[in-house]
Amino acid sequence: MLLRVKLAALREGSWSEYAIRFALGGLATALAGAVSAWAGPAIGGLFLAFPAIFCASATLVESHERKRKHRAGLSGQRRGETAAALDAAGAALGSLGLLAFALVFSLLVTSNVAAAFIIASAIWAIVAVAAWWCRRLLRRS
Amino acid sequence: MAEYVARFLIGGAVVSVFAILGDIVRPRSFAGLFGAAPSVALATLGIAIAQHGAGYAAVQGRSMALGAIALACYGFVVCQLLMRLRLSALSATLVALVAWLAIALTLEAVFAGSG
Repeated sequence: MLLRVKLAALREGSWSEYAIRFALGGLATALAGAVSAWAGPAIGGLFLAFPAIFCASATLVESHERKRKHRAGLSGQRRGETAAALDAAGAALGSLGLLAFALVFSLLVTSNVAAAFIIASAIWAIVAVAAWWCRRLLRRS
Repeated sequence: MAEYVARFLIGGAVVSVFAILGDIVRPRSFAGLFGAAPSVALATLGIAIAQHGAGYAAVQGRSMALGAIALACYGFVVCQLLMRLRLSALSATLVALVAWLAIALTLEAVFAGSG
């Protein structure tokens, strides 16, 4: 199957790891608000795309892959780096969706707030998945 | 202070939901899409509209588009640091933050100057 859900992956994470990501996400959101208040909405808006949580996510991905290989008696270092690099490549593609979200939201929000959130979120999902799909096709051809 | 506590709690919750989605979907490159989900934006823009109005949020949205371009570059740089220089994930993601900040501020200066 092309895409799959692996719920067992949730058991690989510890509560401290989830707490760290919650804290980083909270801090990134508070930072975006603080920068907007201090430097204005134009500079503050940049921080709505700040990759704060990505540091924690990529580190967890690398460590989980390495542990999995350790259990199989291998070093796992290269596998961990590759998994984190794939995560980064996915984030780069996802940022195209984020770009589309931002443009659609800024165009619609002054006329209809609810529609701006709903349509921009849908556009994020469509563009991000389409970018991932196109990359997949290109790599296969 | 209460406003920042609310931002922290709402942002932490929204980011955690997207992070968990990224944990459970495969393949890994698809899961990475959730690393660039509009999680901080969803939490922040709602508060911005409630406090300052839709015009303020529209300005933030336009700048966020520039931040997203910087984020695409950030993902590329992290990928290169991991695969070519063999840095650890933590080192690569922290070093690349400098690139994100430089690109985002440069784009803002260029487009704010032309806008």
